[in-house]
Amino acid sequence: MAENPPTTERAPRQPENAPDADSITTDAPLPEGPDRRDPQDVSELFRSRLHLLQSVPGALQHLFNEDVTGANVDPLVFYVAPLISVTIALMACTVLPLGPALQIANLNIGLFFILGIGSLGVYGAVLGGRATMRSLAQFVSWATVVALALISALLLSGSLSMKEIVQAQLDQGQWFICYVPVGFLIYFVGSMAESHPAGFDLPETDSGIVASYVAENRTNVTGFRGELHVLAEYANLIIVAGLAATVFLGGWLRPLASYRDRFPGTSVELLDVLPAIAMGAIAVYCFRLAAKQPARNRRLAATSAGCFCVIGALALAGALFAPGRVMQGVHGAFWFIAKVGAYIYCFRWIRSRTSGFRFEQSMRLVWRILIPLAFVNLATAAVAILASQDTGLPMRFTTILSTLVTLGAAAWFTKHQSTERAAPILDGE
Amino acid sequence: MLNSVLFYFFAALAVGSALVMITRRNILHAALFLVMSLLATAGTFLQLQAEFLFIVQIFLFAGGITALFVLAIMLVKPRVPEPATPFTKRRLMVTGAALVFTAQVLFAIVAGHSSLRLAARQLDIAPRNAEAVGDALFHSFIVSFEVASVLLLVAMIGAVLMARRGRNAFD
Repeated sequence: MAENPPTTERAPRQPENAPDADSITTDAPLPEGPDRRDPQDVSELFRSRLHLLQSVPGALQHLFNEDVTGANVDPLVFYVAPLISVTIALMACTVLPLGPALQIANLNIGLFFILGIGSLGVYGAVLGGRATMRSLAQFVSWATVVALALISALLLSGSLSMKEIVQAQLDQGQWFICYVPVGFLIYFVGSMAESHPAGFDLPETDSGIVASYVAENRTNVTGFRGELHVLAEYANLIIVAGLAATVFLGGWLRPLASYRDRFPGTSVELLDVLPAIAMGAIAVYCFRLAAKQPARNRRLAATSAGCFCVIGALALAGALFAPGRVMQGVHGAFWFIAKVGAYIYCFRWIRSRTSGFRFEQSMRLVWRILIPLAFVNLATAAVAILASQDTGLPMRFTTILSTLVTLGAAAWFTKHQSTERAAPILDGE
Repeated sequence: MLNSVLFYFFAALAVGSALVMITRRNILHAALFLVMSLLATAGTFLQLQAEFLFIVQIFLFAGGITALFVLAIMLVKPRVPEPATPFTKRRLMVTGAALVFTAQVLFAIVAGHSSLRLAARQLDIAPRNAEAVGDALFHSFIVSFEVASVLLLVAMIGAVLMARRGRNAFD
């Protein structure tokens, strides 16, 4: 039997729609060409025709999934648990300010409200069967870290109301991240640990839980119940990002918010054309990307993203000539969403690059390094504020000194860790 | 109008869930109805414009103390045994005590009925509620505040000591 003639050195034929470097969708679209098949369910239908909004029916199809539960679960409690998680996550969104007037509830105690409602989140985990002592200990510890980091920015603003915190950043002419950068970093690390820890610490090391409740590869959380859990997790992510944007990154403020030079003859400020220009640039990028796509569906997706950006750019530019409150609202929402997006981007980026901590490592990080550091940060920030008030030095100067002292303390804390191995933590502790 | 609707809703929820709580056989259900009752009480605080008290009620009571209850229940998993015999021994005394208590409550309601109307005017300290509480705490009640913090410190040290079981507690 003659052997097959040797094939030339070529990579095996990829299906036409394989993701490549220019790919902008991560879910493989339905294959076209010889492998063509019909869409199997609603989600695939959306993916093949509309290509956007595919996550909506993708999530809703879980309403039709079989709900697999244990045999002796307590129905009242077990089915209410994801509802509790979702309700708490959405309630905390009511105090996030997108603009000076774009806030659902301007509570006097806004910041405290989010922390307090977040403390109820433990019920969602405990009642849903997803809690062990360790995960609860981690929750409490990291929540303490986050609260202490936020208090350092609270010192600078003098009020718990979210709107007044942003207003204070406008009045002082500086985002609070510039005054307490170490506080922001502590908050960043704490928020990564708090909003569910896949990749930050290793819940798989808990002997009591199989790692199947991690959002991307859950197996035992089925049906719409599981989708609600995922929704709660992503809503929590948005809340921590929104909190960081409001407290540290200036909320709805434009960068350089106190630079108020205008175009000659108009009432449009110079820097206010930045949002429209940015959206226009993104639209141009989307259209150029669309021209490079080989497949029809991805071309369509890129073109629609480009059109969306064009509409956004027009809205932002048009708002420049609208009455004051409309303009503040639209531009404020743009900057807030941009900051939240940037925060989530960095969050995901860093979380994808770090491996998890064991429970003892994570506890050691909290109680031996981060909480003492947070206290030092608080003390130095308070000294900086008082020094600036009493001596008249500008805040930028005193806070640079206080940041240097805090960083020195951080170096000291990390250097003086004892090298003993912790005693093994037994199951059931 | 909305004020009264909300008040009666929260009040009914608080009283109703408390009643349901004491009639539950499953202790976890009872704890959860306690949480519901505490949250409804927090709602009435918010209606009285006591925002700080509202959030502290949620933070400490609902999110702290009852969370501890729920954790303890889940750790210990108490099994409530079926009552073997009904509680018939002291029926007369118990009924008498209940009647006396009811009479006291009715007397209190009748005697103080003039103050049971819902407040129609706004309270003055509403906009700066957290600041007012802070002022009171650090000016008028500073001694109690410091004593409470010392008490908390003692409790924390005691908890850490008790947690180091099996190891020498003095190293």
